[in-house]
Amino acid sequence: MKKLMIGNEAVACGLYEAGCSVVSSYPGTPSTEITEFAAKYDDIYCEWAPNEKVALEVAFGSAFNGKRSACAMKHVGLNVAADPLFTMSYTGINAGLVICVADDPGMHSSQNEQDSRHYAIAAKVPMLEPADSAEALEYTKKAFEISEKYDTVVLLRMVMRIAHTQSLVETSDRLDGTDKPYVKTPSKYIMMPGYAKKRHPIVEDRTVALTELAEKSELNREEWADSEIGIITSGTSYQYVKEIYGDSVNILKLGMVNPLPVQRIKSFAAKVKKLYIIEELDGVIETHCRNIGVEVTHGKDIFSPIGEYSQERIATALGMEAKSHPEISAEIPVRPPVMCAGCPHRGMFYALSKNKITVIGDIGCYTLGAQQPLNAVDSVLCMGASVSGVHGFNKAGGSEAEGKTVAVIGDSTFMHSGVTGLINIAYNSTNSTVIILDNSITGMTGHQQNPTTGYNIKGDPATKIDLEALCRAVGINRVRVVDPYDIKACETAVKEELAAEEPSVIISRRPCMLLKYVKAAPAMKVSNDKCRGCKSCMKIGCPAISFKNKKAIIDPTLCVGCGVCTQLCAFDAIEQ
Amino acid sequence: MKTTNIMIVGVGGQGSLLASKLLGQLLVAENYDVKVSEVHGMSQRGGSVVTYVRYGDKVYSPVICDGEADFIVSFETIEAARWVSCLKPDGKVIVNTQKIDPMPVITGAAQYPENALDEMTAGGVAVDALDALSLANEAGSSKAVNIVLMGRLAKYLDIPAERWLEEIEKAVKPKFVDINKKAFMLGYNYSC
Repeated sequence: MKKLMIGNEAVACGLYEAGCSVVSSYPGTPSTEITEFAAKYDDIYCEWAPNEKVALEVAFGSAFNGKRSACAMKHVGLNVAADPLFTMSYTGINAGLVICVADDPGMHSSQNEQDSRHYAIAAKVPMLEPADSAEALEYTKKAFEISEKYDTVVLLRMVMRIAHTQSLVETSDRLDGTDKPYVKTPSKYIMMPGYAKKRHPIVEDRTVALTELAEKSELNREEWADSEIGIITSGTSYQYVKEIYGDSVNILKLGMVNPLPVQRIKSFAAKVKKLYIIEELDGVIETHCRNIGVEVTHGKDIFSPIGEYSQERIATALGMEAKSHPEISAEIPVRPPVMCAGCPHRGMFYALSKNKITVIGDIGCYTLGAQQPLNAVDSVLCMGASVSGVHGFNKAGGSEAEGKTVAVIGDSTFMHSGVTGLINIAYNSTNSTVIILDNSITGMTGHQQNPTTGYNIKGDPATKIDLEALCRAVGINRVRVVDPYDIKACETAVKEELAAEEPSVIISRRPCMLLKYVKAAPAMKVSNDKCRGCKSCMKIGCPAISFKNKKAIIDPTLCVGCGVCTQLCAFDAIEQ
Repeated sequence: MKTTNIMIVGVGGQGSLLASKLLGQLLVAENYDVKVSEVHGMSQRGGSVVTYVRYGDKVYSPVICDGEADFIVSFETIEAARWVSCLKPDGKVIVNTQKIDPMPVITGAAQYPENALDEMTAGGVAVDALDALSLANEAGSSKAVNIVLMGRLAKYLDIPAERWLEEIEKAVKPKFVDINKKAFMLGYNYSC
């Protein structure tokens, strides 16, 4: 039966059908649903690991012990997992091992738009790239076959537009009997120099064999037409090319994007007069073409390496006329994402903003503290960089910096890679202040459990990491907890910890307002008589509060009665 | 058969994902090739969101660009204006007249363009505006705005209302079926 599925669900379905037994991942848009959907199959053990490096090592351990295994992560997650990746390229696998990595061209929900294909090249492992959900399912299964046949981990590259687009797939039964016995093989799995030197030539030979596969595999396919134009493309770009040209141009669609075929590309190029390479983000296929001496008519000279593609962008680059469409002159204000009404991060960010504290930020919903009107964040780099960054900032700035700088990091991000930075603060001693915004969930990616929540991916009770005890155990003596709905308490805690002559951690603790078990209080109301229109309540950037006829008004459908705004009103005009 | 392009636009959290799920399921049941491109992640936090729904014999691109949409279904007034350039010259805008201030308006950095719909109409855009929130409340839940708007859209598509109602029964929890069916019909039968 045909079913409509987002690409990520199709990958999960492919994992199931391929007989995959273990999935370990860290959530990250646009990859998260792969693991969420996989967790719905009883035949697959799934877990949220603390970070992508751990996840990949878990998957490796499981494949090593004979079960088909996988992990899913966003593109930047693969940076975290790069260390095990590069060496498991040498060891190879036992049972099949697939890494699903989701890129985010256009940065819909990411801090950069790096192209994961470079990892496949650098680590010398194969990479498949589906162009819709049906291919996502099929390629996932194919990836396991290739993994076992060529003794290598395989990367499955998704992009946001495939991961989050529903299209039709046909499902089938699960493959049984994929388990492999565990046989102790030190020379293959212990990568000390003596053994690793013997493994490297095997990797090079494998690339030769995989290139031969690329020459004949159905993963790559030619579509012939009566045209002088030939287009080499893959993934989403293939769909945009088909949208523009239909069946009227010659196409070499690459489903296997590493290694790339040589003879097949040369022979395709020889049959066309004009060769276009159309690929989202970097010119990986184009560079390969030029390296093998194939003349490219147009590639990155007209197709930008920046942002997400569409049929319109490609058509425009090709000089085609724009479609006529309505235009209006009214200026439409931007609508950026905002912290939700009742967000527990808001009170703490207001306290930081009001006291002009320098804030080294991190990755999560609380990145939104950087937005107007709170404007409370000074830097955001990558997962965990707040805690290590504040230490460096304070080393450079001395006690003056220590007295007015904090790191802010969420509970899940702290587990991911914040705790190592905290160990560094204790060990290499700065009087740094770290604020853990503990909202009891991994928020931005859509509510995944993590080691601090006390529940596992299935929602069953699990060991709950005690943040206070953890911070103390790594050498932080000053650990205190505040309620971020209490602005005064936040200000006091921040001031006292910044003044302290030793490192400290403030745990700003209140569960995310969107969690099902969190009950909203009755909505607040503004008393028209008491409101003087001073706009103090609007300094917290709550989407429920707006200003009409010189008075503040609160939208009762959005307000959850958190009461943070009442603490800003000098005239007691806001009441429940 | 040519591909039909529908955009569902609004503010993150307004329920556009359920609307596109319902529409997608219906189109599959009607044997079309379908693509539904959703937004997840950061933009869902109160930001401007867009879902693309495309169906026909064979659908390639998951997205809809300038001048390509047959319908724009907007959950909020200025979101219709934000995306109107995607409309075909003979396309139609279905818009909920609800207004939700974006943060730059809340902070006073920008004005809410009150005349955006009038300007669209004056410019020759076919606009079908309705107060979907009131109709949803009339049906029994403010959360049924999405189904009211799907009801309005159904008016213009070639799929009988009964088929929509069958899919609604499958898509929502039993206790909300009646509210949603009522919401659908209020949108479907709405007249200005």
